[in-house]
Amino acid sequence: MATAGGLSEAAPLWWRRRPTERTLRRDGHLWTAWTTAVATPFFVAGGFLLWLEPLTFPVALASFAHGWVIPELYARRGAGSVVPIGSKASASRKRAASNRAEREALGLLGDLVGHEQRDLLRRTGLALERGRLGAWLVGERGAVLVRHGGRRVDCWCVRVAEPGTLPSGDRVAHLLLALREDEAGFATVANHAFSGATWRVRRRMPKGSRPALDAARAAAREAS
Amino acid sequence: MARLIRLDRTGHTTLAEWTREDPASADSAIEAFRRELDAGMLASVSREDGTAEVVRDLPLDADLVVMRRPIAGG
Repeated sequence: MATAGGLSEAAPLWWRRRPTERTLRRDGHLWTAWTTAVATPFFVAGGFLLWLEPLTFPVALASFAHGWVIPELYARRGAGSVVPIGSKASASRKRAASNRAEREALGLLGDLVGHEQRDLLRRTGLALERGRLGAWLVGERGAVLVRHGGRRVDCWCVRVAEPGTLPSGDRVAHLLLALREDEAGFATVANHAFSGATWRVRRRMPKGSRPALDAARAAAREAS
Repeated sequence: MARLIRLDRTGHTTLAEWTREDPASADSAIEAFRRELDAGMLASVSREDGTAEVVRDLPLDADLVVMRRPIAGG
């Protein structure tokens, strides 16, 4: 990724530190610790209720369910932040979308990603980009970073500042260009939505987009 | 022939085309480029190694210069 000049959008965000592999690893540990701290009391409470009085098992079950749902909600938010082209939340599915503009935008995006990734983009709606921090999957409103090794992902909320009626392909192209201009700057501008195991996000992604995550995981493993 | 394009609601619009052998076409491309910068657009040039670079002056040796809008955290 080119960093010459950096991403101009990151310049006003002086209080945010540019992510590195080390800070991402640290933030990932904090995510895991936080999720554990929030979810564990529900399991402890459920277990305690069962120990105290087995007849309270409906309440204990509800407590277990709470503990299970919290990490799932985090993963769901992460997976939902990406928005693959053609998915339910895609700009291409809106009534105002113009088929011609969508085709034009997808054609240009296809040229930008190159031959190797074009088929993956067509099948999954996500653009794969290899970076220094790992393998990225870029969607319309966010990106997933599969870190080196492929076991952990970070989800980022980022979009065109004033998207207006931009076609879906152009939304991805904007993010892809910004990512190529300055990877760390891109992650500085984006809001960190989730950090955790790859499998957690995979099962919350639309089925048609999961092969993109598999490809990104393979790319991240190759690079490590 | 090199192209200056803008990502917009039509997919993309070609703002200018130029060759180094035709100074008039290059001048009009530079003018169009500056107009877009003044309107708040950012210019991105893809390099052969797959990276991209933000430019503030039109690189006349580039094949394709893309004008894009700023991005923001969602």
